[in-house]
Amino acid sequence: MTETAPFQPIAPGTQPANDTPSYGSTGLRHPKRPPLRIPSTITETAAPHFSPALFPSLIDLSVLNGRQALGERIIVRGRVTDENDRPIPHTMIEIWQANASGRYDHPGDTHDAPLDPNFHGNGRVFTDADGWYQFVSIKPGAYPWRNHPNAWRPNHIHYSLFGNGFAQRLITQMYFPGDPLLPLDPIFLATPVEAARNRLIAGFDLTITKPEWALGYRFDVVLRGRHATPMETQ
Amino acid sequence: MAIATASQTIGPYWHLIEDPTWSDLTRFGAQGDVIEITGTITDGAGASVADAAVEIFQSTPAADDSFPGLGRARTDAAGRFLFRTIKPGPVPGPAPRLGNVPQAPHVAIVIHARGLLRALATRIYFDGEPLNETDPILSLIDDPAARRTLLALGTGPASWHLDISLQGDNETVFMEV
Repeated sequence: MTETAPFQPIAPGTQPANDTPSYGSTGLRHPKRPPLRIPSTITETAAPHFSPALFPSLIDLSVLNGRQALGERIIVRGRVTDENDRPIPHTMIEIWQANASGRYDHPGDTHDAPLDPNFHGNGRVFTDADGWYQFVSIKPGAYPWRNHPNAWRPNHIHYSLFGNGFAQRLITQMYFPGDPLLPLDPIFLATPVEAARNRLIAGFDLTITKPEWALGYRFDVVLRGRHATPMETQ
Repeated sequence: MAIATASQTIGPYWHLIEDPTWSDLTRFGAQGDVIEITGTITDGAGASVADAAVEIFQSTPAADDSFPGLGRARTDAAGRFLFRTIKPGPVPGPAPRLGNVPQAPHVAIVIHARGLLRALATRIYFDGEPLNETDPILSLIDDPAARRTLLALGTGPASWHLDISLQGDNETVFMEV
């Protein structure tokens, strides 16, 4: 008996469409045919294996070679669960971001803002047995992009999550509360359902904030859930 | 019930998390028939997609400390990617209600890139595998030309190649669970 519980279908409007004309780069990259619907098989329900010994954590992006990066120090904490509110334990999360000036330490980034020799901008954390994760960084700056005249990306941190089944694979971005660029950003706005969109915005959290040291933000991530029992039809 | 978090594009700067050794799934000492899988990715104008993060995942052999199951590679300026992995064997079928027909050897492939708000997922099958004829997923595709977009061609005794087209006449069949 090799059957594993199939994944639930995606709720309409809660994910962005790849055909999103307001985001110019989608034009030649989105498939024009609808995806083939396939049943869950072990290829979709099994997960990669990332041993923490072979994939070491990097939980403090704010210090490089013992030197403090410039910018507003932040702590980001949250929980990774599935759509059935079950925690996803011991799963790897990758993060990357621009520096406090809004510049990526990447050869493709030509924005005229300074690099910070004490900030590279990549991290890796694992959730604990109850799905919680935490890392320390600096608040990334906004930066211009050429999508439309005077286009600026809101402050954001990129997230990559694997979950406990490959169909849960998720790349997303965490935004900051009160950012005036959010209502102008085609990438943020691409998710039609407002409630789903707004869950990409972290909450400021005084209980995560560390006195005299760093502001705290809470960002929870929900990965796709499975049907309750393997025998349900999908 | 909570609703799954929305996907966002991986963007052009994902190389900050890139580790080139990830393209070799055998690097931790996995045993088996080592193969190379190469491919290209082009857009709707036939131009190379040069900034993609390509990931393959396979459930056979099972992932463990010697085999992560997942590999990641960048596309280069010509849109090319390359993986080294263990040739997968037949994979158990989807479910008893679908007859439990075994699946042909395959790897899942996921493409993340600037301009893709959601990753594109599909599979790579190996041309000439007898089980391809009865594979329960390939069998969902009626058009033989569309089915061929998923068949990597042998380019040597242990090397396979697949050209992927994101959009257009020869558009690859992408999949969603």
